[in-house]
Amino acid sequence: MASIWLIPFFPLASAVLLLLSTGRMPRQFAALLGAGSVGLAAVCVALLARAFLADQEVREVTLWTWMTVGNFTPRIAFYIDGLTVVMMSVITGVGFLIHLYSIEFMWEDESICRYFAYMNLFVAAMLLLVMADNLLLLYLGWEGVGLCSYLLVGFWYRDPNNGKAARKAFVVTRIGDTAMALGLMLLFTELGTLDIQPLLAAANSQWQTGDTLPILATALLLGGAVGKSAQLPLHTWLPDAMAGPTPVSALIHAATMVTAGVYLIARTFGLFLLAPPTQEAVAWIGLLTLLLAAFAALAQHDIKRILAYSTISQIGYMFLALGVSAFASGIFHLVTHAFFKALLFLAAGTVIHCLHHEHNIFRMGGLRTRLPVVFWSFLIGSAALAALPFTSGFYSKDAILLSAWEVPGIGPWLWAGGLLGALLTGIYSFRLVFIVFFGEAHHEPERQPGWKMALPLVLLCALALAGGLLVLPLAGVFPHTGHHQPNHLVEYISIGTPLLGLLIAYLLFLGRQVSIDTLVESPGGSALRDFWLGGWRIDPLYDALWVRPYTALAHWWRKEPLDGVYNGVVTVVQWAHHKLIATQTGELRWYATTMVFGLVLLVAIMLRNAA
Amino acid sequence: MSMALLILILLVGGLLAWRSEKAQANLPRWVALATVVISLAFLLATLPQEHTGNWLQHMKLDWMPRFGIAFELAMDGVSLLLLVLTLLLGLVAIASSWSEIDFKPGLFHANLLWTLAGVCGVFLAVDLFLFFLFWEVMLIPMYLLIAIWGHENKTYAAMKFFIFTQASGLLMLLAIVVLAWQGMAINGQLSFSYSDLLGLELDPRLGWWTMLGFFLAFTVKLPAFPFHTWLPDAHTQAPTAGSVLLAGILLKTGAYGLLRFCIPLFPQASMEFAPVAMALGVAGVLYGAVLAFAQSDFKRLVAYSSVSHMGFVLLGLYAWNQLALQGAVMQMVAHGVSTAALFMLAGALQHRLHTRDMGRMGGLWHQAPRMGACAMFFAVASLGLPGLGNFVAEILVLLGLFAVQPAFTAVAALGLITAAVYSLRMLQQAFQGVPDKQRSMPDFDAREMLAMGAMMAALLWLGLYPQPVLDLARPVLEGLQTLVPPGDTVAAQAGGAAIVLGAGL
Repeated sequence: MASIWLIPFFPLASAVLLLLSTGRMPRQFAALLGAGSVGLAAVCVALLARAFLADQEVREVTLWTWMTVGNFTPRIAFYIDGLTVVMMSVITGVGFLIHLYSIEFMWEDESICRYFAYMNLFVAAMLLLVMADNLLLLYLGWEGVGLCSYLLVGFWYRDPNNGKAARKAFVVTRIGDTAMALGLMLLFTELGTLDIQPLLAAANSQWQTGDTLPILATALLLGGAVGKSAQLPLHTWLPDAMAGPTPVSALIHAATMVTAGVYLIARTFGLFLLAPPTQEAVAWIGLLTLLLAAFAALAQHDIKRILAYSTISQIGYMFLALGVSAFASGIFHLVTHAFFKALLFLAAGTVIHCLHHEHNIFRMGGLRTRLPVVFWSFLIGSAALAALPFTSGFYSKDAILLSAWEVPGIGPWLWAGGLLGALLTGIYSFRLVFIVFFGEAHHEPERQPGWKMALPLVLLCALALAGGLLVLPLAGVFPHTGHHQPNHLVEYISIGTPLLGLLIAYLLFLGRQVSIDTLVESPGGSALRDFWLGGWRIDPLYDALWVRPYTALAHWWRKEPLDGVYNGVVTVVQWAHHKLIATQTGELRWYATTMVFGLVLLVAIMLRNAA
Repeated sequence: MSMALLILILLVGGLLAWRSEKAQANLPRWVALATVVISLAFLLATLPQEHTGNWLQHMKLDWMPRFGIAFELAMDGVSLLLLVLTLLLGLVAIASSWSEIDFKPGLFHANLLWTLAGVCGVFLAVDLFLFFLFWEVMLIPMYLLIAIWGHENKTYAAMKFFIFTQASGLLMLLAIVVLAWQGMAINGQLSFSYSDLLGLELDPRLGWWTMLGFFLAFTVKLPAFPFHTWLPDAHTQAPTAGSVLLAGILLKTGAYGLLRFCIPLFPQASMEFAPVAMALGVAGVLYGAVLAFAQSDFKRLVAYSSVSHMGFVLLGLYAWNQLALQGAVMQMVAHGVSTAALFMLAGALQHRLHTRDMGRMGGLWHQAPRMGACAMFFAVASLGLPGLGNFVAEILVLLGLFAVQPAFTAVAALGLITAAVYSLRMLQQAFQGVPDKQRSMPDFDAREMLAMGAMMAALLWLGLYPQPVLDLARPVLEGLQTLVPPGDTVAAQAGGAAIVLGAGL
């Protein structure tokens, strides 16, 4: 398979063509090129995956040496193992379905060329990220997907709010990226290479578990991961990033890019195993994030923001898995999450599309009969999200919770927290279903989805339901963590909790046995709702901590304070100039007098020196 | 001889361009274009295949033998790189002013070519007196470009530029004379030749002060914090071609001076001084970025971003290891291209809209998608997107710096964040947002897209396969490193230093 490079090349070439056409390409052409190139890449990945499953051989391909400076020799090279194959399949497979869906979703947009150009560029960058054999090339993909995310969040650039959301997404993730870049520098300085496999080997031989350097290096990498994967404390950009077109949210902000942080940690797990404190921090960050985002999701009324907070929360589960060394479970949840969350976003996009850009769930309702395909998609997606038994989400989340339980010491706490999160997930996901699809209708849909939108939904439904049966080829990648002790009580509680969440959601939002309104309208209730609606008020906090001081500083310095110093010099020179000019009177008498005084002074000094 | 001819072609071309105005008003543009194309072709055609000693090319003619002053030129990989950059950006400068300059186009293009001649001289001279001469020669036509063809506040800006450069240049002249005088005391004969003055065993205190004379002249030009205040005014007020040349090339003469003269001539003093220089570099990176964010004038914003980017050059030079030096050279080239493009864009906007105020722009993408796409490309280049030349430069500088000063590296890396903040704000204010329905403006035409496309291709090439540039610079940088071993004060153990970084975070 020397032609592995074709896989990122197809979408990249298509992106370049679309960009060069500067919007003049007919939309049929643009759509064909945009979706077709990703489809072609998906076919290639399928062939690659089949070959890999047959021989389980790691494939390495070097295209060229990026640069050589001393012993710094990063290459443009790919490293394809089981983890890479899994990621590539998700990116191109789910990516293709989303591209297909986009054709119909974006058909009436005047900038459809630009849209597919950015989407293709994103797929290419994301493929580079997961295929890279060294951390510098990974960083190229990492920044590339960040740029595409920026471009697509701000796709509808005429609304300044979209621009603001796009910049926020880029800058907040860049904070993490900068930490990651420093981590790369530390790793290179210490270990002399950035090629991932040699680097892990060198780290293992040079460092002891618990040394300062691996802790520091992994902490810096973790900075990059929390930024990209929208985890605490850098999660604030993701809810705002929903300003982009909905298929973008499905592809970038649910299925692929936001899970890049999970991939990074899984890819460099050898380093994290050398740094137990960082790894424990990963677990706690995951747990805190998943709870915080789940509570925030409860209070949202924008359909996409609910899904955004739920994405943050589900990635929290993946971090929890990585933190308790259940790497394969974390990646498994990444895959199933890609299925059901892409499904949910595409279904939400269809609702928005058919209801004329309506985002507020309280202005929807009764769509069960009016948009049946969407209803079933949403139902299946939500069931998988809530991890109801036998859906894909059930298998992956269950594995994570069991692994957390088995961690000595803090395990039960992590497990309990994860369980609370599962309960909340059940509540918020079915709150969404009950409010949007049941009850009385507020709007009639103005159209029905066509086949290009319906087909991806149906296929993703199948994956969301049956994805749990997949066996990912990760055995050769991660260390074997041992069999789970069958603890039936724990097992039953894990299964029952999402069902309890479903029941609570039913009682609150469909059966109306408990009046949610009185709860929310009580003083404490409304304060709490506003607090969660505002995402725990973290945005205002960061505003006060970082944004306003920075803008104030910039405003204060705007006129170049240093010029004051130089202007001071100018003033002194001008002053001296005027004083000295005053001595030039043109009067002979004055000149003679000063000359005599000068002479006397000179003679006096000479005499003094002589003496 | 070919090096002297190169300078001569540019000087004579300038004269021709000036006189040709009489024949036809449009002729100077063509003369200037032809001159630069011919010089570029000449430079590439006369490239030697083999080194003569340390140099690719070397020539020495007697000039004032009594004072040990010779007309001595020499070229190595780094000067070759910078010469090619100079001439290419000369083409960009001519292209960008093609329809902008109506007043005395002959004299304008003469000054433009003479500036190029002076810069080429600076990159070639290895006699310190001759170097100083070229240093001044490039200043005067540039002063005239700003003072005659500049914008609303041109007199002030031109004067400020002139005084800053002149005053610091005088310090350098003083330092050159002191150095030559010391050289006579040690070697027994007066010489201004670079090779004679290298490796002198100077009195440490005298060496330190002499080094400072060079350092000031070069850091004013670079410019480094806090000597940069001439730059925003000069860049903003200069005509587009002037800004392109200033940012693209003239700033690099400062960096070149540090690399070629200041550090190698005073190895010990420079390495002792390195922490101060690096601190100025870090300060420049952050201060430039904050002020770029604060500007509402498009050109001023780009000007302050140059201050920020040149901070990385200063850091790379004083970190003085292979990675960082390669990064600094790469930054000179990549920043030359990306900033020239941004200034060309700014000039095109001003020509079309008669304003540089971003508050009065907005939504331009709608009217001029090609301009928007170009702005996007060069903005993300300037914020250091991997795959483009500026990233290679910055990552090499930071990698090299990390080995010697991890704490400084951590602070300088904040520049990656602040660069994103100001670059994206610029895009937002000028190109995104609600388009003004009343406004109509033409998009980039074929001539402008040609220049932009060439610069995009250059940055992509530098970003994805920088090896040719790195290979050209490598022998030079290695040679310089043997002259100047890294100082003990800066060569900290990376392990221990990493812990400092940890504490710093």
